[in-house]
Amino acid sequence: MSQYRKGLWRSALAAAAVVGFVTTAAAQMELKIMAPAAPGGGWDQTARSMQQALTQAGIAKSVQVTNVPGAGGSIGIAQLVNNAKGDGNQLMVMGYVMVGALLTNNSPVTLDQTTPIARLTAEYEAIVVPANSPIKTAKELAEAVKADPAKVTWAGGSAGGVDHIAAALFAKAAGADPTKINYIPFSGGGEALAAILGGKVTAGISGYGEFESQIKAGKLRLLGLTSPADKATPDKPSLTAEGVNLEIANWRAVVAPPGLTDEEKKALTDAMDRMAKSNEWQSILKAKGWEDSYVSGDAFAKILEQEQARTKEVLTSVGLVKS
Amino acid sequence: MDAFLALANGLTIALEPMNLLFALIGVLLGTAVGVLPGIGPALTVALLLPITFQLDPGGSIIMFAGIYYGGMYGGSTTSILINTPGESASMVTALEGNKMAKAGRGGPALATAAIGSFVAGTIATIGLAFLAPYLVDIAIQFGPEDYFALMCVAFVTVSATFGDSPIRGLTSLFIGLMLGLVGIDLLTGQARMTFGVPELLDGVEVTTLAVGLFAIGEALYVASRRHIQQETLEPVRGSLWMTKQDWGRSWKAWIRGALFGFPIGALPAGGAEIPTFLSYSTERRLSKHPEEFGTGAIEGVAGPEAANNAAAAGTLVPLLTLGLPTSATAAMMLAGFQQYGLNPGPLLFAERPDLVWGLIASLFIANGMLLVLNLPLVGLWVRLLAIPQPWLYAGILVFATIGTIAANPSPVELMMLTAFGVLGFIMRRFDYPIAPVVVGLILGPIAESQLRRALSISLGDPMVLLQSPISATLLAIALIALVAPFVLKGLGRFRATED
Repeated sequence: MSQYRKGLWRSALAAAAVVGFVTTAAAQMELKIMAPAAPGGGWDQTARSMQQALTQAGIAKSVQVTNVPGAGGSIGIAQLVNNAKGDGNQLMVMGYVMVGALLTNNSPVTLDQTTPIARLTAEYEAIVVPANSPIKTAKELAEAVKADPAKVTWAGGSAGGVDHIAAALFAKAAGADPTKINYIPFSGGGEALAAILGGKVTAGISGYGEFESQIKAGKLRLLGLTSPADKATPDKPSLTAEGVNLEIANWRAVVAPPGLTDEEKKALTDAMDRMAKSNEWQSILKAKGWEDSYVSGDAFAKILEQEQARTKEVLTSVGLVKS
Repeated sequence: MDAFLALANGLTIALEPMNLLFALIGVLLGTAVGVLPGIGPALTVALLLPITFQLDPGGSIIMFAGIYYGGMYGGSTTSILINTPGESASMVTALEGNKMAKAGRGGPALATAAIGSFVAGTIATIGLAFLAPYLVDIAIQFGPEDYFALMCVAFVTVSATFGDSPIRGLTSLFIGLMLGLVGIDLLTGQARMTFGVPELLDGVEVTTLAVGLFAIGEALYVASRRHIQQETLEPVRGSLWMTKQDWGRSWKAWIRGALFGFPIGALPAGGAEIPTFLSYSTERRLSKHPEEFGTGAIEGVAGPEAANNAAAAGTLVPLLTLGLPTSATAAMMLAGFQQYGLNPGPLLFAERPDLVWGLIASLFIANGMLLVLNLPLVGLWVRLLAIPQPWLYAGILVFATIGTIAANPSPVELMMLTAFGVLGFIMRRFDYPIAPVVVGLILGPIAESQLRRALSISLGDPMVLLQSPISATLLAIALIALVAPFVLKGLGRFRATED
């Protein structure tokens, strides 16, 4: 069955590749993109969107997407580093969540062993309260956290994930002890949303997209996003502009295996540069509501390094990683 | 009466020839993947997403719904015929269904599953159309303490799946609970019992366990018995169709199953497995033929099958009204909605009524199509059992293995599958029931994390379990269900001594 499906896929891809070939003669790359997660999640959707954009824009001759699910990407990255060394056609989608997962899972393989290529998208975290909550502003929530961090219950995604880290950073910004926060992890955003709507917790924290339709329907009150102050708009206020100094983005990026030559690294980076500018990619970003945060090459490598250091510090401070 | 008008409107949309075609493709694909263990509807929808991007939103969402319903149907066929649940929600079906198939009553078992799914699916779809907005308000009131109480009810009632010996049943249950501890602890993010194997961090996959215990264990057991005694399988004994008595015993079970399935499926953390357990134990208690349970009672197929299909419709309640995906397939459908820039949630009914009602109406149509498609195939499916045993079981081993590695391509997964197969063989050999192991793996982690969440929210005060009216009621039900049999027995003895 899966062989058969793969066959179907290949012929569909071949057809797409032919179309691509006609538009640009330079389309030579045969890329493989690994999504280190099960089909359907954010990383998988990113990989399949890249596949669509790369082939339709004629940047790659063919793109094959594979899924290697497990442990927040720990299994996928181990495969990339151990089995794909020096393969200049292999990419892996990853994101901020993986930075934390590798630390909490004590992974023997780290992101330093990969070749960073580019950051693609970003989503800011949103902090919400139920519409009937007495808390009206981010400042009030910060005061409540400062008064007694344990009494403010947070609902969000898995322990050690970006939601958890953002909640810890909020406590820190509010001047409270981040080790004392009462963060309640739920599996997946849906269950957390139900707990927030039902008024079971004080506040909810997750990607803005998880809450968007409830905010618009007036069932949740948005206290702010973890975006930079200059990105704030009336219906998307920034926490920093509201007086709680907290900036964090849940970004997604691509990395390549270790052991690439400079030419191979440049070819992959060029392909990503061209994809990011293509109309196909831009229209996918718009359709999915993903924010463009494209950065490639050394600038991305530097960001990756900084994020790893900051995440380690936060996770150590909440006790998820032992120093 | 707006709902009636809107539904009629939806029916005209769903009956457009193109949408009918999409529904047909959906149910065919869904049935096919439901039959294969490991490859579920979620994976299928994921693979189709990039292809359907070009299509119109209505058509492809109708197709996804067809896949979802079809998958629920298909899973029961393999459960009944070859004791291999295609999905965890059809595991309970295997308990009685496979016994019936072995006794030459595979035809009626498949028929009651198909008709029961149709009846329950229809009841649940009507519920979805008319009750969704009210139900969802109740559903979000369910807090962690209430889920924990619901799990307690489930734990008490699963004793019905224990077979004859409670001690053996409890042993099996605890093996399952132990397996449920493996992996990253959801609340603290720390790894438990993973022994440094990264593949174990995500815990034991329910389908791997179910396929290993049921399919592989069964194949090994049959192979080991061949020298001692040849088990003769009669593909058909008596009528291929349901007799009048079968109908009489099935219809109440269908309705009760639907009544368990729909509301629990509509809970944000309900799922399709729990209503099947509840339905099975209820049927076993209420049946006029309790002695047939364990040897092939038709109510034990009719109820759980109705329950899992109704639960599938139930999961669409939070999806459409809140944008809450509560199953893997619902999550994929949410991704499908978002692909078209649609955000399921409170506004979807107002913004795109054509789409929502078209989808609900197409569920009726998908249900009808599945019935038409599956009933004539019953005769063909049953012939599977006429395949010589060595070939049949070799085929089962191949399918079980392919399905498992297709879902999760890793050598560790294969090793687990084999280990569970051996465990299943040993348990069968020494007469331990295998269903409670899977039950333990499903319920254990939910019960644990919900209890810890409840205590975390209440700052450690256990009284929260009794303060919530829903939780208190459910715990009382669990207590009565637990104590009542002993009390009745005691009273009986008391009377006996008095006489």
